[in-house]
Formats: sequence, C-alpha cells, structure tokens
Amino acid sequence: MSLAVAPPVADARLRLGLRAGLGIFVLLLGIMPLLNLLPVTHPLHVSDFLVSVTGKWICYAILALSLDLAWGYAGILSLGHGAFFALGGYAMGMHLMRLIGPRGVYGHPVLPDFMVFLGYQELPWYWLGFDSFPFAMLMVLLVPGMLALIVGFLSFRSRITGVYLSILTQAMTFALMLAFFRNDMGFGGNNGFTDFKELLGFALNTSAARAGLFYASLVALVLSFLICLRLTRSKYGRVLTAIRDAESRVRFLGYNTTSHKLFAFVLSAMLAGLAGALYVPQVGIINPGEFSPANSIEAVIWVAVGGRGTLVGAVLGAFTVNGLKTWLTSAAPDLWLFVLGALFVAVTLFLPKGLIGLIKGRVQ
Amino acid sequence: MKHPVLILLLLCALALPARAQDAFTAGLTGLGTGFNQTAEAVDRLGASGDPRALPLLRALADGRLLRQADGTLLIRGDAGVQDALTNAAAEAAGAEPVRLNNRVRVALRGALGRLQLVSPDPADRQAAAEAVFRSRSAENVPLLDAALARETVPAIRARLALALAASRLMADDPQNKLLGVTALGATSSPEARAVLLEARATNPAIAAQIEEAVAAIDQRLAVRRAAETLFQGLSLGSVLLLAALGLAVTFGVMGVINMAHGEFVMLGAYTTFIVQEALRGIPMLAPWSLPLAVPAAFLVTAACGAAMERGLIRHLYGRPLETLLMTFGVGMMIQQSVRLAFGAQNREIISPPWMQGTLMLPGEIAVTQNRLWILVFSLVILGLTVAAIRFTRFGLEMRAVTQKRAIAASMGIRTGHMDALTFAFGSGIAGIAGVALSQIDNVSPNLGTGYIIDSFLVVVFGGVGSLAGTLVGAFGLGIINKILEPWAGAVLAKVFVLVAAMLFIQRKPRGLFAQKGRAAEA
Repeated sequence: MSLAVAPPVADARLRLGLRAGLGIFVLLLGIMPLLNLLPVTHPLHVSDFLVSVTGKWICYAILALSLDLAWGYAGILSLGHGAFFALGGYAMGMHLMRLIGPRGVYGHPVLPDFMVFLGYQELPWYWLGFDSFPFAMLMVLLVPGMLALIVGFLSFRSRITGVYLSILTQAMTFALMLAFFRNDMGFGGNNGFTDFKELLGFALNTSAARAGLFYASLVALVLSFLICLRLTRSKYGRVLTAIRDAESRVRFLGYNTTSHKLFAFVLSAMLAGLAGALYVPQVGIINPGEFSPANSIEAVIWVAVGGRGTLVGAVLGAFTVNGLKTWLTSAAPDLWLFVLGALFVAVTLFLPKGLIGLIKGRVQ
Repeated sequence: MKHPVLILLLLCALALPARAQDAFTAGLTGLGTGFNQTAEAVDRLGASGDPRALPLLRALADGRLLRQADGTLLIRGDAGVQDALTNAAAEAAGAEPVRLNNRVRVALRGALGRLQLVSPDPADRQAAAEAVFRSRSAENVPLLDAALARETVPAIRARLALALAASRLMADDPQNKLLGVTALGATSSPEARAVLLEARATNPAIAAQIEEAVAAIDQRLAVRRAAETLFQGLSLGSVLLLAALGLAVTFGVMGVINMAHGEFVMLGAYTTFIVQEALRGIPMLAPWSLPLAVPAAFLVTAACGAAMERGLIRHLYGRPLETLLMTFGVGMMIQQSVRLAFGAQNREIISPPWMQGTLMLPGEIAVTQNRLWILVFSLVILGLTVAAIRFTRFGLEMRAVTQKRAIAASMGIRTGHMDALTFAFGSGIAGIAGVALSQIDNVSPNLGTGYIIDSFLVVVFGGVGSLAGTLVGAFGLGIINKILEPWAGAVLAKVFVLVAAMLFIQRKPRGLFAQKGRAAEA
C-alpha cells in the first residue's frame, strides 16, 4: 500500500501549498462566529445554522484525523471508531447531566431525570466524580483509551489484521450499541442524555457559549493536527508507516510492532473521544444511535475521500463529505444514500488516494 | 342367538332420542313460574345433557329468555324472536323476560358447565374443562368421568383429565385423593404443580405423596424447559447458518469480503414478496408461492452477485480493505433502491398453512412450525451446498481456482469465469436465506443489516473456509445465546455472545476448524 514517492521539489511545493491552504481555512473558520455577530442584513453575516453545523464538522474532522492516524498510518482499518467518539460523548454527557442538578423536570437534587423515572435511589458508583469538570475530561480520554488498549492489545498480540480486525471492531461498536440501548445500564437507554443546561458556568443556549465551544473545537482540531503531524514525521511515525506496508518485515527487523500499533490505536481512540466530547454539548444530545456501525464506516469514507495517509486529506474529507451531506439531505433527501454509496465505490475504484491524490496528480 | 341382541340394540337406539326429548321437555316445566321452580328446572335441564338445553340456558343467563302467559318460551336473538322449542319465528308481544335471583344464577352456572362438557362444539367443551378445573369440587368427579369417556379430542381430553384429577383431590375419602395425586403427578403442567402445593397444606396425611408428585412434575418441567431452550437455540442457529452460509462461500472459500451480503439476503426476501404478489391471481400456483420463491430468489441474487463481481469486485482483488468499503457502498445503494421502490414500511409475507401453528412433541414440548421448517430447510441447503462443492464439476473447478489459480488456469479452467460463478453461487445462497427469513423477520429494506455482523462472526468463529465450521459455529452461537437468555435477558445475552466470539477469535484467530496444510498458508 506504499504511496508513490513524488519528486522532492514538487512535493515540497505541494506541501507548502497545502499547509498554506489549511492555514487560510482555519483562519476562515476562526472568524465565522465573529461574522455571526454582524447584523442579519449585512452581506457577510453568517447564519446561526451555519456556525453550529460548522462546529459539528470541526468535531468530525478531529474524528477523521484520529481515524487517519490508525488507518492511514498504522494500517488499522477500524470500523468501530464511532464507539470511541460516542464513549467520549457519553463521558461529557454524564458531566453535563450532573450539572443540571435540581433543574430537571423531577427536580431531584442529584439524580438525572431518567434515573428518577426508572426508580433509582442513588447514583450508580460509575457516575461518581462526573460532577467535576477535570475528572470528566480525564474520563473523556481514559475510557475510549482503555477500551482501545484492551481491544488493541488482545487483537494485535494475536496478530489479527486486515478485514478480521475491521469486523472485530465493528462487532465491538455493535455490542456497545446494544448494551447502551438497555435501560438498566444507567446511561439513559434509548433516549440517552439531553436537556443540558450549562458547562463551566455558561448557559449552553447562549450564542457566547456556542462560540466558545466552536473555538474550543477549533483549537482541539489544530492541536490534534499538530500532534499527529509531529508524530507521523518522527522516527516512530516512519516505523508505523513501515508496519502498515510490510508488518512482518518490520517485525523481523526487530521492532515490536504490537506496541507501535497499540500506541497509535490508543492515541487515536483518545482523539476520537475528545471529538465526541466537543460534539455533544454542541448538538445537545447523545444517544446509543451514535454507536451504530454505519456511523463508524461513514467516518472511514471521509478519510478515504480526502486521502488517507495524509493529515490534510482527513480534514478535507470530513468537511467535503459532511458539507455534501448537509446540503443533499435538505435538497434531495432520497438521493443522499445513493451518493454516499457511490462515494464508497468511486473512491475505492477510481480515487484510491482521495482528493489529495487528485491534487498531487495535478501539481505533478 | 344374534337376533335378539340386535333387536335390543336397535330398540335402544330408537328410544334414546325420544327419552332425551322427554327429559328436555319435562325439564322445562315450571321454568319462569317462580324463582325456586326455575332453579329446579335449570338443575333438571343441566342433568338432561340435551344439546338444545344449552342455548336455552344461555338465553336465560343473558336475560333473553321470554315467557308468554300460556307458558310458551321464546328466545330473543340477533335475528328476532324464536320459539325455544320449535325454533319457529314468534311474536314477542305480551311475553315477559324470565327473572333471575342468586339461587337461579348458582344453578345456572353449574348447569351451563355440565352442559358445556357435553356440547358438540369443541371450543365449548374446552372452556368447560377449564372452568371445572378452576372451580374444582368433588361432586364433579362422576360428571368428568363420563365426559372423559366420551371425549375424542386429545387436547380437551388432557384438560379433562387434569380437571378430574384436581377434583378427585377435593374428595373426602383418602383413596380418591391419592388417585388424584397420582394422576396430577403424572402430568407435566405447572398448574397441576400449583394445585398440589395448595393441597399439601390442607392434607398433611398424604404430604409425602404430594411431595413426590411435585418432584416428578418439577423434573419433567426441567426436561421440557431444557428441550425448548435447545430447540430455540437450534432455531436461532439455523437462522445464523442460513445467513452465514453464502458468506462462507464468498468470504470463506473465495476470500472476498462482501458487506452487501445482508442486502442480498434482503433482496431474497423481497423476491419472495414479488413472487407472492405475482401468483396471487393464479389459484393453482398461489399456495406454492413460497417454494417457487426459492429458485427465483436464488436466480435474482445470483445475477446481482455475478454482475457485482464482474463489474466491481474483480478490480479490487488483493485489496480486501478496499473491497470491504466498496461493497458496503454497494449495499447502501441496494438498500436505498429497495426503499424507494417498495417504501420503508414492512411488507407482509403470508405463511402457507403448513408452516403456521405450533406442533406439540411428546412431553408437551411446543415447537413452532415455521421455525421447525426453517431448521430443516437450513440443513437441506447446507447439504446441497456441500454436495455442489464436493461432487459437481462446478465445485471441482471452484476448488481448483481458489487453491491454485495458476495451475487451474493452465488446466484450461477459465478462472475469471469461475470467480464470477462462485460469487454468484454464494450470493444466490444469501437470496435463499432471504426466502426463509421472510417467514420470521420483518421484510423491510434494512432486514439485512441485522445479520451481517453475526454472519461474519459465525464464519470466522467456525473457521474461514470450512463449511463444517460454519455449521458448528452457527448452532454453537445460537444455543449459547438461548442458554444465556433466561438469566441475562435477550439483549445482554447477545452482547455476551458477541464479546465471547470476539475473545475466542483473539485466542484462535483461525477459528474452530482451522485449515491446515498448504491451503492455510495462502
């Protein structure tokens, strides 16, 4: 699966061009909430809808980055990254539920509404501590990370690769979905969590809070990008890419491929969890549907469309596909699934290196 | 010697209806003249055992029995007023409803129960047997004995026997009681168990025998529960087997990962629906629509599979991850096409009569017919698949191509052609699975999505490339699932099975029936 080596000069120019493009893009995203403050009649006014939907896309871009780290660089095609995203979202959701406090419909001082409804007498032990923001943020990273550590350790140690690993991760998210749909799991069952009130003292329904979450997501995206960039350019990243292309050979050269892959997988899961945690307060709901295998595989296609194995590609793909989705699901809802299906076919058959590969081909 | 007996029998036969008539008409005297007379008449009618007494007493209970001043009894029904004796239409002018008090009501309840026991309508007799069982009392014993002797329907006989045994338990003499205990202990019904436990408190003298009978029932119930769990597990296993069998060919034998497999199953189910609708107007063929749907579904999905292999998949050989994504996209498009063509709601597939209802196996083990048929069907399809791979020219060439492509090609086998045929074969089996699943699952566009993960786990769990492994994997996972269900709940049991299968695959990545030798290295 090695990517063709481009002539150095053209490659450097392209890289510079892509970076510059990305910089401008981030800048444009950065001024969006400011433009939202302009009067509605102003030609540069950006609607509330566009700001909130872009905030969502930024979270998706972080998810795409994390998936690209696993698939594009380590060769782990995870069909269960949606599970890490959702777990991060649930951890954040638990914090937000605790912050509702006595303002719920039933007005219980501690228990969230669904627990009162289901007849809980006290908080289950795994809900303790979630009233603290630092603890919740720790869990946002730790819970997906632990799951990835366990699944990854068992799988990589048994040398499960390729489609087997993909099916296994898909079964993982499917099992989690079934489990979270149960009412007695203590996670709100079918309905999940909603009716959030505030975060860090800010009421969530104000435009200031929305802008704050938007910027937090943007900062998280830039930081994740820089971490991934640093990592993939390092010696570790080179070994990871080598494992992707010829795992046995790297193992015979004396590298511990299991631990290399495990680190990438766990880091990737944590980034996905972070994306989910930023996503939930922006959309205002989290339910077990987020675990659905279709969500995870949709994230894979973002990366494929953008161009896997390139970090810019992952971000580009997430924005392109989701932009298309938002436009089509309102313009021609019946058509969207055809387009998505066709994207899968077209990208794998005709565009294996994605949009970035297309741009590269043009430049050369 | 013979003649006098014959004549005697003949006389008896002639006399019987006449005597019954007498008892019925005689029983009517006094009905409606006063509460006590009415109650006595009701008792007499109940004892008469005449079938005509039943509608009359029912009318009385409902307040629809009228009495004219001259004593003629009329029944008011839906169609108008009729004479109670002659059934001729009559005028209700001047007639008054026969009045009831508590004494009459009590008499009515008993008489109706007795009459229902001998009613020509089996549903009546069933209801009566239930009623007598619930209001068990010793005086019903001779009545039940007589009813049991006449009864021919096995299900009602069983209920009557249960009622008789329970009534015996209420008798005063210990001999009769013991008879009842023994009879109840010989059944395997939870109701009998409850009756016995109730009787234990009031009959300390025979507590030991009761304990023994309860233990016997418990044992039989445990066996029955185990047998039913086993059947449910086998049934779930057969569903998994059907869903996974096509995948065992395309993924197991060919190594092509087809995420649109579930959609092929769904297409098979929709083919069943189309065949059913097409044959609806043809009375000769309509009852056979389900068997006819089997080859139709095979052909439809096999054609889809062949088109998909030639048009798309063959360009991605050697790139399994890309194949996975591409086929997922194709599945999405198939699903959306069906949704647009047929709508998102469930389509109704009518089960043929021979697949409906429940079959009672010895030991009162209830088995639903359609699940039994699907179990048999899945094994037949497995047998046919194995036979096709083992004993036909097609199977031989298929194995040759998958084992050593270059050698097979040099022997003159058109390998590309075989790839398409093999993929079409596997897809066709998925279509057949769809026909069977249409009987127990909702036929909707997302029918297939529920099966894809299970099918892959079954194939990988059993061992890729081994049909025996698929068989064992399917039934193993099915039975484990159903054993877990009673104490974990349906959803959690499924989660457990998924996790267990995942862990198992991590311990033994090559599955239960790992291929050995050169095939495993490929």
